[in-house]
Amino acid sequence: MNDARTVTDDTISRANVRPISRDKRPVNLDLGSIDLPVTAYASITHRVTGVVMFFASFALLWALDQSLASEASFRGLQNVLSAPLAKLVMWLIASVLSYHALAGIKHLIMDAGIGETMRGGVMGARLVFALAAIAAIVWGVAIW
Amino acid sequence: MVTSVTSFSRTGLSDWLIQRVTSVILLSYFIFVAYQLAGSIDYTSWRGLYDQTWVKVFTLLAALSLAAHSWIGLWSVFTDYLTERMLGPWGNALRLLCQLGASLALLVYVIWVVVIVWT
Repeated sequence: MNDARTVTDDTISRANVRPISRDKRPVNLDLGSIDLPVTAYASITHRVTGVVMFFASFALLWALDQSLASEASFRGLQNVLSAPLAKLVMWLIASVLSYHALAGIKHLIMDAGIGETMRGGVMGARLVFALAAIAAIVWGVAIW
Repeated sequence: MVTSVTSFSRTGLSDWLIQRVTSVILLSYFIFVAYQLAGSIDYTSWRGLYDQTWVKVFTLLAALSLAAHSWIGLWSVFTDYLTERMLGPWGNALRLLCQLGASLALLVYVIWVVVIVWT
């Protein structure tokens, strides 16, 4: 019993310390050479929009701070946000967040076991892109 | 490669659940704020909204959710792309540096929300 465990532990630890550079197994993941399915684009967009939201959160917190600090800062924020560039940034953040939220909702629906097939996944990804495009148009109308 | 040491809850199953619970909290909060902003608002009504205790609690809950959700999400991204296989010998050092930076930023976000809402 004791011996068996020692052997197993040894095997596991040797596998773990094997340097990555000596691993000669081929890695065929040159993404540029692969024709990716729409589900892959939906996934990478979910990641990119998530990272963007991490940075955008700074701007959102700044805006929340300005809006609540005093009546003067509230007016100042209204002033800043009426500038064309600020409107563009607002539209981008709203659109990015909409995509991220829609892709997240799709994840929750798939977690519930709905649309887990390849066909369901492709349909879900297309639906998320379509709804996100509609959301971006709605935000554009609301902001301008 | 040891990556679980910098994950949010140290287990994938728990991270998975936290990611989903926090996503629902964040979505509810953003819908709540968007709904409030939809009408024309002035300072008095906006300030009055955030003077209510339940809105303060909801806002802090959203901030904590943002921190956990971002931590888990960024961890997934960092451990996929900032690795020795992708970037060579400096991959691990760069990943840990990014994770440290992200963690500190998220801590600042949470403290900032506490200051905004409760002072």
